[in-house]
Amino acid sequence: MGIAVRHLSKRFADFQAVDDVSFEVPEGQLVALLGPSGSGKSTILRIIAGLEPADSGEVELTGADATNLPVQRRGVGFVFQHYALFRHMTIRQNISFGLEIQRLDRTEIKRRVDELLDLVQLSGYAGRYPSQLSGGQRQRVALARALAPRPKVLLLDEPFGALDSRVRDELRTWLRKLHDEVHVTSLFVTHDQQEAFEVSDQIVVLNRGKVEQMGPPQQLYENPTSPFVTEFLGAVNVLPIDSILSMNSIDEEAPLPLDIPGPNGPELIYVRPHDMEVSRDSDGRPGWFARIKRLTPLGGLVRLELSLPDNTRVLVQMTRERCRELNLRDGEGIFVVPRNWKVFHQKSENFVQDYVI
Amino acid sequence: MLSGSSKTPQSSVLSPESSVLSPKSRVLSPQTFLIVVVVGWFAALILVPSLALAKKAFDGGFRPFWDALASPDAQRAFGLTLVITLLATVVNTLFGLGFAMVLVRQRFWGRALADGLVDLPFAVSPIIAGLMLVIVYGPMGWLGSRLESVGFKVVYAWPGMVLATMFVTVPFVVREVVPVLREFGIDQEEVARTLGAGRWRTFWRVTLPSIRWGLAYGVTLTVARSLGEFGALLVVSGNILGRTQTATLYIHDTIEGFHPEGAYAASVVLGGISFVLLIGMELVRKIVSEKEESGR
Repeated sequence: MGIAVRHLSKRFADFQAVDDVSFEVPEGQLVALLGPSGSGKSTILRIIAGLEPADSGEVELTGADATNLPVQRRGVGFVFQHYALFRHMTIRQNISFGLEIQRLDRTEIKRRVDELLDLVQLSGYAGRYPSQLSGGQRQRVALARALAPRPKVLLLDEPFGALDSRVRDELRTWLRKLHDEVHVTSLFVTHDQQEAFEVSDQIVVLNRGKVEQMGPPQQLYENPTSPFVTEFLGAVNVLPIDSILSMNSIDEEAPLPLDIPGPNGPELIYVRPHDMEVSRDSDGRPGWFARIKRLTPLGGLVRLELSLPDNTRVLVQMTRERCRELNLRDGEGIFVVPRNWKVFHQKSENFVQDYVI
Repeated sequence: MLSGSSKTPQSSVLSPESSVLSPKSRVLSPQTFLIVVVVGWFAALILVPSLALAKKAFDGGFRPFWDALASPDAQRAFGLTLVITLLATVVNTLFGLGFAMVLVRQRFWGRALADGLVDLPFAVSPIIAGLMLVIVYGPMGWLGSRLESVGFKVVYAWPGMVLATMFVTVPFVVREVVPVLREFGIDQEEVARTLGAGRWRTFWRVTLPSIRWGLAYGVTLTVARSLGEFGALLVVSGNILGRTQTATLYIHDTIEGFHPEGAYAASVVLGGISFVLLIGMELVRKIVSEKEESGR
């Protein structure tokens, strides 16, 4: 196991930042710690690095207990959001800092630094100072510096957070490619679900200092175990179960295979915007009659804001082509069919049923 | 810093447009007016008196100037000033660094109070500072009497003078280092730690180089101020000729004793050292940062 964290807890004054967190990062994987701000993700990363002491719990790095090791002996590479390059040193001096501490001889250091400069595609920049580089270049230097002493694990704290969106996209793809070459066990913190999806092998979703769910991105997206994960991983419509029942009454010839909730209620249904199908007429399928409140083109996709007969607001996403085919306009009436939805039972806090039409 | 004074205000500011708009009037634009006021004020306040002093010191040529400085009293006074300055600067640099670190990075009860009290020596007159020290460390003071009973004389001896100089100059290093340290943050230190550096190496290789200019300013100001300290020393030293007489006390005595040529010469040397220090510091900083920005 690359990184193992067991029953980690940390309290700041009257704020429980980390609350009994356990998870593992398999050797060689790139895993994302995903959560909103204040969910404890950065604190967990800092505890793993040894920059912050935990109140209780254990940290294991490549199979060996590291709970009580001081930072400088943990062998972790750390990358900060704001790069934290040594401003008074050149790029070469920055990257060789960790190597000099290891007392490697001079030719060896030079060879390793050249190798890393090559890896992060900054070979011509060895003699420059950090202030002479762009944000993306600086973050690549920070990465090279962290990788130079061959750390056991690489920890990245919101590594793309300070970059503008185009550079961020580039660097994400680049980081994924780099990881496929270097294969160092990596854990990175982000609040951006798209970033977590694009880069990681697995995602650990955090909420209020606790692990909500862990798994490969697609699995989390398709089988979330809580409303929090469902909502955090992408836009979703949350509707009272009555909406489905009212839909059922529109077309009584094709009733839904739905168990009417007993005394267990109340229940909610969750439908993703892209799991809604819009058509001009019902074709005998169960659906709602809805009105288009607002149509927003988003490049390749179109977002529709609909209002159901009981005035519930529903978001729908479709391709530009489909929208053109149907020739949709603001204010028109249409049929909308939820193809795929989940029923959440509020009392037991579980998703109890999955439906596919 | 010194450039700009070479240009005459009138030629540099009256733009072609303004002369077109008011062809014949000699009315100054507000900017020109401000420049004239600032430069004029600076000259009247600092430049002219400085030049007047230099002229006075060299009135009879180089010889009397040199003779005045060569007197044993003058030499001993300068020697004492240098020793006191050196000791006070070393202690205040170490203490100031530590104090700044604590103020910026630690949260403790009384931090705000400590932060405010550091500036106390700036707020009170040095003569009051000297008085405070005499009360505590004087022969009748509660600490001084105990120290003297074991044969350690503080007041009316050099330890008290170092103490007084330190008291007066303590805020310089703290005040210059605190903002740079705050701006520096702790990210770079944390990165150094993860790269395997211990606390000591982190401090020498990462922290200190990052705050060096703040520290250098603080040290320069401490030296300049220590060289020129007078009031606190007057109270604490007893001004014993040849024993506890510093350069400033020597200047004071020679003025009183009606042979001002000694005062002029010593003043020029003392003022000159401080001036060269400040300018030199600025120059070194400029050269180094230009080298770093060019990045080879």
